[in-house]
Amino acid sequence: MKERLVLVGNGMAGVRTLEELLKVAPDKYDITVFGSEPYGNYNRIMLSPLLAGEKSIDDIMLNDADWYRDNQITLYKGLEVTEIDRANRRVVARDGTTAAYDRLLLATGSNPFMIPVPGRDKDGVIAFRDIHDVYSMLQAAEDYRKAVVIGGGLLGLEAANGLMKQGMDVTVVHLLDSLMERQLDKPASALLKASLEKRGLRFLMEAATEEIIGNGRARGVRFKDGSEIAADLVVMGVGIVPNTALARQAGLHCERGIVVNDVMQTFDPRIYAVGECAQHRGIAYGLVAPLFEQGKVAANQLAGLGYASYKGSVTSTKLKVTGIDLFSAGEFNEAEGDEVISLQDPAAGTYKKLVISNNRIKGAVLYGDTIDGSWYFQLMREGTRIADFRKTILFGQHDLGDAGHGDETRVMSLSDNAEICGCNGVCKGDIVNAIAKHGLFTLEDVRAHTKASSSCGSCTGLVEALLSSTVGEGYDASLNKKPLCKCTEYSHDELIAGIRKHALKSIPAVREFFEWKTPDGCAACRPALNYYLLAYWPGEYVDDAQSRFINERAHGNIQKDGTYSVIPRIFGGETSARQLMDLGRIAEKWDVPTVKFTGGQRIDMLGLEKDQLPGIWGDLTAAGFVSGHAYGKALRTVKTCVGSEWCRFGTQDSTRLGIELEQLTWGSWMPHKFKLAVSGCPRNCAEATIKDFGVVCVDSGYELHIGGNGGIKVRVTDLLTKVETEEQVMEYCGAFTQLYREEAHYLERTAPWVERVGLSYVKEKILHDAAGRKALYERFLYSQQFAQIDPWKARAEGSEAHEFTPLKIAG
Amino acid sequence: MILKQPVGALSPARLINYEAPTYRAGDGAPTTQMMKSDTMNNWTEIAKLEDIPRLGSRVLKTDTMNIALFRTSSDEVFAIRDECPHKKGPLSQGIVHGTSVTCPLHNWKIDLASGEALGPDEGCTNTFATRVENGRVFLALSRNEAAA
Repeated sequence: MKERLVLVGNGMAGVRTLEELLKVAPDKYDITVFGSEPYGNYNRIMLSPLLAGEKSIDDIMLNDADWYRDNQITLYKGLEVTEIDRANRRVVARDGTTAAYDRLLLATGSNPFMIPVPGRDKDGVIAFRDIHDVYSMLQAAEDYRKAVVIGGGLLGLEAANGLMKQGMDVTVVHLLDSLMERQLDKPASALLKASLEKRGLRFLMEAATEEIIGNGRARGVRFKDGSEIAADLVVMGVGIVPNTALARQAGLHCERGIVVNDVMQTFDPRIYAVGECAQHRGIAYGLVAPLFEQGKVAANQLAGLGYASYKGSVTSTKLKVTGIDLFSAGEFNEAEGDEVISLQDPAAGTYKKLVISNNRIKGAVLYGDTIDGSWYFQLMREGTRIADFRKTILFGQHDLGDAGHGDETRVMSLSDNAEICGCNGVCKGDIVNAIAKHGLFTLEDVRAHTKASSSCGSCTGLVEALLSSTVGEGYDASLNKKPLCKCTEYSHDELIAGIRKHALKSIPAVREFFEWKTPDGCAACRPALNYYLLAYWPGEYVDDAQSRFINERAHGNIQKDGTYSVIPRIFGGETSARQLMDLGRIAEKWDVPTVKFTGGQRIDMLGLEKDQLPGIWGDLTAAGFVSGHAYGKALRTVKTCVGSEWCRFGTQDSTRLGIELEQLTWGSWMPHKFKLAVSGCPRNCAEATIKDFGVVCVDSGYELHIGGNGGIKVRVTDLLTKVETEEQVMEYCGAFTQLYREEAHYLERTAPWVERVGLSYVKEKILHDAAGRKALYERFLYSQQFAQIDPWKARAEGSEAHEFTPLKIAG
Repeated sequence: MILKQPVGALSPARLINYEAPTYRAGDGAPTTQMMKSDTMNNWTEIAKLEDIPRLGSRVLKTDTMNIALFRTSSDEVFAIRDECPHKKGPLSQGIVHGTSVTCPLHNWKIDLASGEALGPDEGCTNTFATRVENGRVFLALSRNEAAA
């Protein structure tokens, strides 16, 4: 028999927990849900747009009746649970309905805080908490004219804005002297106030409410100083208190909220609590983002998996008032000893401030231009050292080397048909609609439903910005704390460390040690693990062909029609008449449909059927060619200019140096593709400063540049150092390559890797630690022994034949 | 049995000409699916199980289409038309995990048993019944499907 799970509270936190639970243990429980509101589960954070008339009630529903039916969940709508009978393990509802449980999940949310002043129970005094409140406000907006909102925080301002949009004359009353003091510092608060005043809101600051006056219905508000203001509608928007009444009645330990431990369990081990009603490590969260993390943990525990735990959330805030961009996170008011970087342009309505301590972001306030909010938040959460880009940090992430998207990154000003994801042709409107229609909250959700940001990833920032502006504070970037894939909870770094520390030497061993959730892994984790194992255990780990993406398994680039391309290696891009004639002859023999030069100075033969590959490779091998690895996460090409041998400006023999570098590095597998170039003088004809490792020859030696790339997001290299001899070039190149191979995440190119770890870190490892550099170089040379075996020759001679041969009918 | 031998790697097997099923009653207790298949399909021996790499695939070229045969980690064999419902990518070239395959072109995930796209994507490709017996893989092709 199935166990019985009862959920009290049909809101976002509880239902999200059920969704997570159904994902991991769909058949474990018979589930019963009690909700006191007469609606299905709706998106509470969308109440502001609902009030403002920007959304309809259908837009904000998250789970309809079908969802409950499909998942065989019994739902009691509009039925309040009044008692938990812990001794008999059942709950009792107002009408006498009972439900027995083996596990009970409390997600009773919170109640609005009604300030205890006389008159607060009069007609026309309401809170801003649920759909019913929104309807009351909409009704009042039709019948009355004057509204007073008590509370100048997030909640109050959103209510005030909505009422104003509905045509009411609104005054916001705030006890303190600046708005949203828990989220904003004074300058940002002043900008916000000015902007809201321009829209027509009025403010009474430092006003303490004493009484709500009127006979039967509210007529006005009187303050402590004796002054009065007229009002037909009074909205209390001062805050919320966790709804613990039911839990207290049942004798569960409560403080401000229902106290839970790190697995969301209350003091009764059969009872869990999530969401705004729960208090974890002293904090009862009032924002929606942490609820999702809590839900995940509770679901994991309820499913009996028992490995997830909740460590608390770092939250950020956005105000959901259309046209006002505002972001805040962390400790935005500087303490003694903190540093502040700020930018103020009052005329343009922009204000940015970062509070820095020990070269790490402690807090951020952004007003007017919040596009980089999620980036700052990420830097803050991950404790990234910002020393390397401190000078330009306020100009935003795109200033770190984005090629010319510039102001286009201001997503909110874009029209609905503006293309966000160029790879998959997804427009802003598609994304916003999908977020609203399917109730999406995470980047992964948006990727799955729209394909936006799921290919090259260059629009990830834009999609995140759309998410955060569409769902407001419901979007929590920390949900993207990147586990490698859906098969595991662990991140790249955790896995890399584990593989080394515990000497895990096969994919099954890694999966077992880290308790993989799927038997075989998936198309994302298998190639990553295969790479990590290959990189750390050269000579020991046996490559798993079935964990390679097809290009690396078939040693050619798959094309849109299922044919392959073949690019032989031409070291340093220097060829000969003999080589060219050989290539011409071979291309003709195999009737190659298209022959062209690549961007990396190689020759590409396109349109070969898979079963032709071993044949053409045999001919190429016989002519002395090896694989160009143009298909792999591997060393691609070393591009060169002609250098001092011919060029009148050349300072060094760049072509020969390029050939030697390619001979050193070819065949090595990398986290991502890896390109080199050598230019013979600072005119830089080989474009060495947009390569992963670039050498620019100068009269006195060689400049070494790292972390550049063309492509999606052009990034110019950082200068690593200047060296004097070719031997040093080889050593530094090998050491840098090895550092990247050992430490970068799979599918992370050097450019984002250098940005993530910081140039100073790379310098520390390569420049300042001579012994470490030599050790890295040694390890690179060692691993090259096993890597520089031409895959084409082996396959031309018959290895892996099954890969290239179609089946025949047996017997 | 009128089996015509294919003459080389590149020659398509002429499956539509096959008349008699290779499945015989003595081959083992037929499952419901096999019974159903038998009434309209030809069971054709395609390969030895060991010919298909675990978590890998092989392609069978027929007159009308390519059919991809997949072997899972638990040695189940599935056969589906080698065409992703999205942009006709060759599914046989994808990475196999569980009972699904990820298309190499744009990462659609296709369920091997039903041929349907998984997750939010929508689309479906043809499937063919298979059975494995004593390390031999048999494929059921209806003449209609093979000729379609």
